[in-house]
Amino acid sequence: MSRYTATTPDDLAAMLAAIGVDSLQEIFDRQIPTEVRLGRELDLPDGLGEQDVYEHLRSLAARNTSTEEELSFLGAGMYDHYVPALIDMLMERSEFLTPYTPYQPEISQGGLQVMFEYQTAVCELTGLPVSNASSYEGPSAVAAAGYLAKLHNGRSRFVISAGLHPHSIETLRTNAHGYGMDVVEVPLTTGSAGGITDPDAWAQAIDADTSAAIFAQPNFYGAVEDAAALSAAAKAAGASLPAGGAASGQGAGAPVVVAQVDPIALGVLKAPGECGVDVAVGEGQPLGNRLDFGGPSFGLFAARQEYLRRMPGRIAGETLDVDGRRGFVLTLQTREQHIRREKATSNICTAQALNALAGVVYLTWLGRRGIVELGELLLARTHYARETLAGIDGVEKLHQQPVIREFAVRLDVDVAAVRRRCAGEGVNPGVDLHALTGRESDRGGLLVAITERRTRADIDRLARVLEHAIAAERQAAVLA
Amino acid sequence: MSTIDESHLHSDPGIEGHSPHGGNGSARAGGPMASGGASPMQREQARTIFQKGSPGRRAFVCPQPEVPEVDAETLLPAGFRRAEPPRLPEVSEPEIVRHYVGISKRNFDLDSGFYPLGSCTMKHNPRLHERVAALPGHARLHPLQDPDRAQGALELMWSLQGALAEISGLAHVSLQPSAGSHGELAGVLLTRAYHEDRGESRHKVLTPDTAHGTNPATVTMAGLEVVKVATNEDGGVDVDDLRAKADGDVACLMLTNPNTLGLFDPNIAEIAQIVHGVGATLYYDGANLNAVMGLSRPGDMGFDIVHFNLHKSFTQPHGGGGPGSGPIAVSDRIAPFLPLPLVVRGEDGRFDLEYGRGRAGSKSIGRLRGFQGNYGCFVRAYAYICSLGGDGLKDASETAVLNANYLLARLREPSVAEYLPLPYGELCMHEFVLSGGPMKKALQVKTLDLAKRLLDFGFHPPTVYFPLLVEEALMVEPTETETKETLDSFAEAIATILQEAAEDPEIARGAPYTTPVRRLDEVAAAKHPVIRQALG
Repeated sequence: MSRYTATTPDDLAAMLAAIGVDSLQEIFDRQIPTEVRLGRELDLPDGLGEQDVYEHLRSLAARNTSTEEELSFLGAGMYDHYVPALIDMLMERSEFLTPYTPYQPEISQGGLQVMFEYQTAVCELTGLPVSNASSYEGPSAVAAAGYLAKLHNGRSRFVISAGLHPHSIETLRTNAHGYGMDVVEVPLTTGSAGGITDPDAWAQAIDADTSAAIFAQPNFYGAVEDAAALSAAAKAAGASLPAGGAASGQGAGAPVVVAQVDPIALGVLKAPGECGVDVAVGEGQPLGNRLDFGGPSFGLFAARQEYLRRMPGRIAGETLDVDGRRGFVLTLQTREQHIRREKATSNICTAQALNALAGVVYLTWLGRRGIVELGELLLARTHYARETLAGIDGVEKLHQQPVIREFAVRLDVDVAAVRRRCAGEGVNPGVDLHALTGRESDRGGLLVAITERRTRADIDRLARVLEHAIAAERQAAVLA
Repeated sequence: MSTIDESHLHSDPGIEGHSPHGGNGSARAGGPMASGGASPMQREQARTIFQKGSPGRRAFVCPQPEVPEVDAETLLPAGFRRAEPPRLPEVSEPEIVRHYVGISKRNFDLDSGFYPLGSCTMKHNPRLHERVAALPGHARLHPLQDPDRAQGALELMWSLQGALAEISGLAHVSLQPSAGSHGELAGVLLTRAYHEDRGESRHKVLTPDTAHGTNPATVTMAGLEVVKVATNEDGGVDVDDLRAKADGDVACLMLTNPNTLGLFDPNIAEIAQIVHGVGATLYYDGANLNAVMGLSRPGDMGFDIVHFNLHKSFTQPHGGGGPGSGPIAVSDRIAPFLPLPLVVRGEDGRFDLEYGRGRAGSKSIGRLRGFQGNYGCFVRAYAYICSLGGDGLKDASETAVLNANYLLARLREPSVAEYLPLPYGELCMHEFVLSGGPMKKALQVKTLDLAKRLLDFGFHPPTVYFPLLVEEALMVEPTETETKETLDSFAEAIATILQEAAEDPEIARGAPYTTPVRRLDEVAAAKHPVIRQALG
C-alpha cells in the first residue's frame, strides 16, 4: 500500500480471484509487451511521510522572497492586491475544490451557478453582453481572441499595439504562426504626447487583410489609451474596405477590435463595450487570486452578441428542470472540442473554474460601490507615487499619460544595479522594463505598481530608498 | 471528459415529452427523499447573488487614500471615466458566505463520494498539498521576482521537471502549458517547428477514431489537417490502416496509450516504427498516464512528445473545471523547439530562467502564456511525487489497474454483462468501457438514464457516450484511491438499477429524483441562451 491506497493482502487475494488471475503481475504481463516495460524501478527518491514533505516544501518556500517579506512594487501583469479571507475558505471547500467540470448538471448546480454569476459579473464589468466561464489566463486569452477573429472573418493578419503586454505579444505570435497569421506591431507615440498607441500608424496599418486589431487598456506602460478612438479608427479604416471572408460586422470590412483590459481598472474606466470594443480579454489574477509565481489564475473573455457561437471554452446557461425549477447547464456545447472535434472553436477543455470562483467572490466582496472606491484609491495613490518618484533627482516619467495603478519612469543609472541596492533595504521598486521586454527604448525603465496594500508611508519609503540607491549608484559610477 | 453527444443536444427524449414523477417514492435506494414531494433543497428556488442584497450594503471597507487630494480630472479625464458603476452585487460579508456555502451544497464532489469519471482520474486530493501551496513563499511570490530571490521556486520546478522526465522517459521538460489541451497545442506546434526546421512542410496529423476531442481540435488550431485512423477489432490502432495513411505529408500521430478504451496497444513498437519510418513524430496524450507510471514509459515506447495532466495523474484538485496544468516532455530532437522560458541550473547550482531572447539561432516556438506556468499546480504535483516516491507512483498505477479490473470483473457478472457488455478486450488498464447498447435494446433504458439513476444512489456516473465508436458507451475509471468496499457498492448499485429497470424502465428514465434539481432542459438552454443574470 502506498500513501493513498487501501488494498490489504486479503483484499488483493479476493480481487485477483474475482478477476481470474493469479497475480497482479499477470494483469500487466498479459497486456504490456515486454519490450516496452520499464525493467527497473523509477529513479526517484523514496516517498516521505506527510510531516517530511511539509518540511521540504516549507524549506523551498523559505528560499523565496514573497510580497510578505519585502516592500514590493512589482506588477506588469500580476498584482499584490489583498485577497479577502473568505475567498480562501470558499476555495478550500470540498464542494468547490474537488469536483470536475459539471458534466452532470443535476449534481453540479453549485459550480454552474458560480459560472453563471461569474459571467454576469464579467458582462457588467466589460459592458459586453457575452462572457465565457473562464479562459486560462491573460496572454493566452489574447491569442484565443485572435483565433476567434480568424474564424469570424478568415483574414490573414493581426494588427497589434506595442502597448500590449510583451507576454501577450509573444503568445499571440506563437499561436498565430500555428494557424498561419501575420502579426503587425504598431509603435507607441514618443515625445510629449508619448506612451500610447500611435493613432496614425494604427489607422494606416489596418487594411483589408486585417482580421483583428488588438490593444491593451491601460497599456503595458500604465498609460490609459483612448480606447474609443482606437476602436473607432479601426472600424473607420475597415469601413472603407470591401467585406472579406465571413465578415458580418459593423462596417463592411471592419476587423474585430480586441482590448486586453485590466479588470480592476474597470471600476473607474469606461467599459470596453462603451468604447466600441468587440472582444475584451484580460488577466483575472487581480480579482481575488493569489500571485502563485504566475499561476494558476484565470483569463477573462467577453464579447458582443454576434460572437457568442464562436466563443472558446465553457459557458453556463439558465434553463428549467422537468418540474419547472430554475437550473443551470453547460450550454452551446456544439462549439466545443468534445462535440465538434476538429471543427471546434477552440481546443480548451479544463480551464480555470476555481480561480474564476475567486474572481466572482472578490467582485461581490468589493461590490458596486467598492470597485469604484478601490479604483479611486488606486488613482490617488498611484498619482502620488508617480509625482513623488518623478521629483527624485535622476528619475523622470516615461510618459505623461493618465495612469491607474501602474506607471513607468526612467532612471539615469543602471536599473538592475539600483534594484539590487533597493533589495538590500527590503524594497523591490518594480519591474526592470528592459529586462522584461528587451526593447532598446526601455533601457533605464522601471515599471512601478501600486495596490491598495501599499500605503502612503510605503510609497514615501520607496522614494527614500530609491533616491539613496540612485545617488549611491551615481557615486559608484563616478568612482569607477 | 464529455458526457453527452451531439444527438442529446438536439433532441433528448429523456427530457422532451417527459411527465414529471414528482418523486413518488420511486427512488428506492436513493438518498433522502422528502415524503410527499420535493426535498428542502429542491423547494429552494435558485437565486443568484445578483438577486440578493440591498443598495448600500457592502463587505469591503476601502482604506483612506492618505495622500493629498487631487482633482478628478487630473487623475483621469472625464472622457475616459465610466459614467455608471458596474452593477455588481451589494451584499454584506455574512450574506456572501451564506450564499456561496449554500450553493456549494448543490455540488457533488470527490470528497463526498465515488467519482469514476473515465479519462479524468478523479483520485483523492491530499489536503497537505493545499497547505504547502498556501505557504506565503509559494502563494505570494510574484512571478517577476528576481531569480536570486526565487531560488526555492525554481528548484522546485527543476526537480519536478526531472521527475516528469524520469516518469516519461523523455529528457526535456517544459512546465509552461496551462492544461492538457494546451500541452497538446504545444506538442503539435513543436512538431510543426521540427519539420519546418528540416525544410519540410507537412500538413496531416493522424488521430485514432477513439481519440479525445481535444486532439483533432488542437490539430486545427495549429493549422494542420486531421486524418482519422481506424480501430482494429481488438480496440487498438488498425496497423494496416495506419500504414496506408502514413506518408511523407504526415507530421505526427497523436495517440493515447492505454487508449480511451482502457487498452494498452500491444502493437505500439510497430506503430512507432511506421510513424518514424515516414519521418513523422509520435505524440503521447498523457491523459491516461495513471495506468503506467513506473511500469512503462512513453519515451521507451517511441514517443517524441508527451503531455502530462498534473490535475489527473498527479492529483491537482480539479476545481470544478480547472485549474489544470499540462507540462510536456520531449526527446532530444524536439528539445530545441521547446517553449520559453526554461528553468536552467548553472554549474554553481544556481537556478535561473532562460528566455533565449535575442539568442542567435533560438528555434523555440516561443511563449504559450504569461510567466512560467501554473506554479501553484507544480507545488501540489511535486508534493505528491515527494510523498509517493518512485515505488509509490508505481504502486498507484498498479492499484489503479487492479481496481479497474476488479470493478470490471464485478460488472462482468452475468446479470450485468447481459445488458452492459465489454465490447473490446478481456482485461483492462486503469479504466474500461462498457456498451449500454443491449440495455437500451432490451430495457429501453439508455446509458444516459443509467447515469442519471446513479445520481440517486450517491455516485457520480462514469463518462458516458465516449469514446464514440462504442454504442451507448460507459467509461469507468475508479482510480487507485478507492477501497474494495466502494467498488463493490458501485457494482451492486449498477446491478440494482438494471434489475429495477427490468421491472419498470420508467424509474431510470425519470431519474434523478433526489438531486437539487432534476433533469434539465439542455435543448432550450442552447436554443435561447440566457447566460447572465438579467438586472432591473
